[in-house]
Amino acid sequence: MQAAPQSFWETPGGWTLMTVGGVLAVMVGVLLSLAFLLLADRKIWAGVQMRKGPNVVGPFGLLQSFADFLKFVLKEIVIPAGADKAVFLLAPFLSFLFAFMAWAVIPFAPGWVVSDINVGILYLLAISSLGVYGIIMGGWASNSKYPFLGSLRSAAQMVSYEVSLGLVIINVILLVGSMNLQTIVQHQAGWIWNWNFLGGGLQNLPLIVVMLPMSVVFFISFLAETNRPPFDLPEAESELVAGYQVEYSSTPYLLFMIGEYSNIVLMCAMITVLFFGGWNPGFPTPFLAAWPTFLANLFFFLVFAIKVVFWFFMTSMVKAIVPRYRYDQLMRLGWKIFLPFSLIAVIIVSAWRVFGPGA
Amino acid sequence: MALQAIAFYLMAVVTVAAGIAVVSARNPVHSVLFLILAFFSAAGLFVLMGAEFLAMLLVVVYVGAVAVLFLFVVMMLDVDFAQLRQGFARYLPLGGLIAAVLAAEMVFVSATVANRGAAAANDTPLASGAAAADVTNAEAIGRVLYTDYIYFFQAAGLVLLVAMIGAIVLTLRHKPGVRRQLVADQVLRSPKTGMRTVSLKPGQGIDQ
Repeated sequence: MQAAPQSFWETPGGWTLMTVGGVLAVMVGVLLSLAFLLLADRKIWAGVQMRKGPNVVGPFGLLQSFADFLKFVLKEIVIPAGADKAVFLLAPFLSFLFAFMAWAVIPFAPGWVVSDINVGILYLLAISSLGVYGIIMGGWASNSKYPFLGSLRSAAQMVSYEVSLGLVIINVILLVGSMNLQTIVQHQAGWIWNWNFLGGGLQNLPLIVVMLPMSVVFFISFLAETNRPPFDLPEAESELVAGYQVEYSSTPYLLFMIGEYSNIVLMCAMITVLFFGGWNPGFPTPFLAAWPTFLANLFFFLVFAIKVVFWFFMTSMVKAIVPRYRYDQLMRLGWKIFLPFSLIAVIIVSAWRVFGPGA
Repeated sequence: MALQAIAFYLMAVVTVAAGIAVVSARNPVHSVLFLILAFFSAAGLFVLMGAEFLAMLLVVVYVGAVAVLFLFVVMMLDVDFAQLRQGFARYLPLGGLIAAVLAAEMVFVSATVANRGAAAANDTPLASGAAAADVTNAEAIGRVLYTDYIYFFQAAGLVLLVAMIGAIVLTLRHKPGVRRQLVADQVLRSPKTGMRTVSLKPGQGIDQ
């Protein structure tokens, strides 16, 4: 690839080729890591409950997800008689599509990003708010009570938690002064106190009283936004069987599930980028200057991946440990606690930016 | 440029087709879904014009929130489709008139903007420097909103606040006899306040 003339990549054809290549690389990478993260999720869950978890297919059960994949794909697709067929099949597809669209702006390492747009955070927020459509459409098109109730719950829940998620993100935007995700990560370079959850820089260290709780609020809100336990009310099996996915089988169900897990990992990447330094390891890395660019980027990518896996581990632990919320408690938490709390945080952070030492 | 042209025509066609489908779809839920598609491709057109901030706001606010509530309400309505379509012919002239007025206004505005291109240099410059070439459009909108038009912006905020308070006042009901969960009380409950030990003799009840 290096041998090709520089100008070719600047022609429309070359640009398209490179973008498509980037998209494919990210998609395949995410899909492959999802297979193992899904297994990790089940293993962690099993570990907490002192079970072994899947351990039959492949060494340590490593190939379990692939066996499940084959099973899902080879089964028959059942469409209920009263279902709105087009919407019924469109719903899981949209779910899957939106879950992967958002990965376009995630910076994996310096320069390793499919689309480096300067409203990256807003794009992420926009796409993650679209994810609700797959669930609503699936629930409605199934023409059945349980899915419908599940999708209504999910719509109300996701819209509510988007508000606090958005306000928390505004704090980060105010702190950094940019909506570009690359810039946000670069802003957190250097020592660990430059990370946003500690206020972003030594002079902003007093902001830890705001930013640390904000990162916790972000974590809890993202659990609610992705319908993850303890907020998995749209698919609460004790009340709604499986919520919006009751009528789904085979590949459409698989698409829903991949979309859901892709969203969870995406949110893990988002909290890493916004609050925990993105690809920065937490100490200055002058020694990397001597390395070839590719190796240095690989190092940064590994740092990023480790952080994402750490947050995924946290979501798995929450799933295994915390009991499910009641619906009114969920709404109360979102509207009466997180919303005022994050609004006050926005006021404090913007006041700090105007009157504080960094102004 | 060729890519841009293809993208423009693709999204323009999708927007118009979705708009037509909104009014012609038989099922109201399908109408809302087409409306969402129209919003979404309009956001794509914004991106093509270089107004990516507006595009994202359109998606976040309209597609992500307003349309969800729309869909929410329409899905729960028990609509008689046949009855819904009865008034179509009767309202067609009025609807057509409104559409024609809107279209005329839009043509007028875009013609004015297009003609103004040369004259724009003579306009009084904005105090904030939002029109400078090196600012991103999110920054430019911020500068215009929070410096040049700050009073209008605050007035708009005030109007929205009044509307919000109005909506809350209109729907607030204090039903008597509703048992509410008092979280603070529950959290503050301790063995001392929450239970008492009674020594009870057989055959006797408790005097409350």
